[in-house]
Amino acid sequence: MTGPAILLLLLGLGLISWIFGRAKANRFITSGSKNLNSLPNYHGWYTALWAIVPALIFVAIWSSISPALVTDMVLSDPAASQLSSDSFKRGAILSEARDIANNPGQKAFNPEATALAPLYVSAQSHYDIIGTLAVVLLCFAGAAFAFIRIRPDFRARKRVEQLVMIVLLMASLIAILATVGIVASLIFESARFFGMISPIDFFFGTEWNPKNTSVAGDGEDFGAVPLFWGTIFIGAIIAMAVAIPFGLMSAVYLTQYAKPKVRKWMKPILEILAGVPTVVYGYFAALTVAPALRDFAAWIGISNATSESALAAGVVMGVMIIPFVSSMADDSIAAVPSSMRDGSLAMGATKSETIKKVLIPAALPGVVGGILLAVSRAIGETMIVVMAAGLAANLTANPFASVTTVTTQIVQLLTGDSDFNSPKVLAAFALGLTLFVVTLLLNLVALHIVKKYREAYE
Amino acid sequence: MTTETATAAATATATASGTSKMTTRNVDVFYGEKQAIDGVSIDIDMENVTAFIGPSGCGKSTFLRTMNRMNDTIPTCRVTGEITLDGEDIYAPSMDVVQLRARVGMVFQKPNPFPKSIYDNIAYGPRIHGLASGKAELDQIVEKSLQRAGLWSEVKDRLHESGTALSGGQQQRLCIARAIAVDPEVILMDEPCSALDPIATAKIEELIHELRGKYAIVIVTHNMQQAARVSQRTAFFHLGNMVEYGDTSEMFTNPQEERTRDYITGRYG
Repeated sequence: MTGPAILLLLLGLGLISWIFGRAKANRFITSGSKNLNSLPNYHGWYTALWAIVPALIFVAIWSSISPALVTDMVLSDPAASQLSSDSFKRGAILSEARDIANNPGQKAFNPEATALAPLYVSAQSHYDIIGTLAVVLLCFAGAAFAFIRIRPDFRARKRVEQLVMIVLLMASLIAILATVGIVASLIFESARFFGMISPIDFFFGTEWNPKNTSVAGDGEDFGAVPLFWGTIFIGAIIAMAVAIPFGLMSAVYLTQYAKPKVRKWMKPILEILAGVPTVVYGYFAALTVAPALRDFAAWIGISNATSESALAAGVVMGVMIIPFVSSMADDSIAAVPSSMRDGSLAMGATKSETIKKVLIPAALPGVVGGILLAVSRAIGETMIVVMAAGLAANLTANPFASVTTVTTQIVQLLTGDSDFNSPKVLAAFALGLTLFVVTLLLNLVALHIVKKYREAYE
Repeated sequence: MTTETATAAATATATASGTSKMTTRNVDVFYGEKQAIDGVSIDIDMENVTAFIGPSGCGKSTFLRTMNRMNDTIPTCRVTGEITLDGEDIYAPSMDVVQLRARVGMVFQKPNPFPKSIYDNIAYGPRIHGLASGKAELDQIVEKSLQRAGLWSEVKDRLHESGTALSGGQQQRLCIARAIAVDPEVILMDEPCSALDPIATAKIEELIHELRGKYAIVIVTHNMQQAARVSQRTAFFHLGNMVEYGDTSEMFTNPQEERTRDYITGRYG
């Protein structure tokens, strides 16, 4: 049976057990037995959940192990014994045979696969029957187990509550498990990379020149320092030089000067700016800002300016981050108790003196936390730098020169034909891991600062 | 105008002497459409501590805040009538509100030291107004202000620790010292002891006694015993009206108005 059919079957069986469970509970009421602990509906749900959940768990496990069982059965057949012993070739033939078995009309590229296809068909139907039977049995067993336990004093309501809690817990664990899985794969692939390239060369080398070859040490260089520098130069220096002053000033204006009416329409607009897809900023950077900056550089007499520059990417990224910095700073300034402001105004300070000498210093921890979060966003940002910063791994402080970043290089390394055994591709994982660790640390520090500061005023 | 306020205005005018520091005439305060203060006329003089008493929400704090235009920070707030400082209308367009607040200082209900050092808290006002020409002079102002606020001996060895690390009572005296540091003429105190314990309260009250005569002091309090202890003149507010204004001893022993008597004897409030 196919997956959807099994799910439908389970739903049907669940509905039936719901009806039966409820009916049994209802009988207790009609037969005069008092003090039914839970409403009949809960008994129904209890039975239905017992019918469906164990069976669903089984389906999930079965769908991951049955292909291996099918392949084993096919291989154990005498017809498969003369298959090539090269695991790569054998895998190719087997997967083709499986395709033919699932789509009978398909033409075989490999004659051996055609021979194996019927074997696949029979093995699949064999395990299909076993699996379906097991699911149905499990469903009935669960329903029966629950049905027997239905009694007037049975606390179905409480049990359903527990089951609901478990379901919700599972749902929330999925995101965490996915993250853990991603991190594990990053670590695993990075370990393979560092098996080929020394971490010292990677973290301290200043030449970045990966080549498309699976032979290590073939004139390739994996010194990531130019990438790290490019990332910091664009994300933490140029972008912040734009985003911090403008973000702070707009936050001060919005919290202290803007009339409620102005604030009411300005703040949403700023927030909309934060929702513009980064690829839009990307071509704005590449097509508008970068050529303008190049012309400007030529005009002030910088001869080697290119149309891909750190400045273009950094400035546009800074503009993109302004709403983010502004809204964090807005929150921190608004969190400074109004008694501070009143105290300063009552001393005869003007508004701007109050902002400069009392509000901003008091809000500083929150503002710094916000800036760190903004930096962590900026260095992970990809589209703008891919489109506007260029690919040349230059170690330069000239903002009009082309530089490259960690994210740009990850995109570069993983696009096109990839051989997952070459250091070139694995380098992407090492870069990804580095980026992940740095942004994680930045976020942790920032959240810590913000939290500590919030406590101070509560 | 109700009969009560008419009486009150008459009382106030009758007792006004030649040394009035601040006077108010027919002051109304509105928050949007809602009227919070209705026709208050009062004279504040230099020699006496004036207490504003009354139940919560009677408008006494609102009225206090009109006297150094702190209500300007509330966008919907509107003031009519006349308030003068040394005969000068403080709501006149020519009045510099920054200068006004330097002359009429304020101490708030909850101690609100800035998250800076004790020294910087006191030096804040003198610095923004340019009152000291050098470090030595600034040091002197800080020491003098702290001494006047009775805090010097307690903090002189830790002037560079944070002002927020002091106890509640010390913080409030720090705020008074901060207000004194700009050498104001009037000090407005908005329930300065309501967040403090009895011992700290006693210290603040003692301080108010010592400051009397050097500054015109107006104190808002909901604590009648406190008004009786620290003030020489008392104004009783009720529902946005000033019901009665007179000598404190007279007010507490022989109130003229029934509402005052009811409040003082604890019938409501």
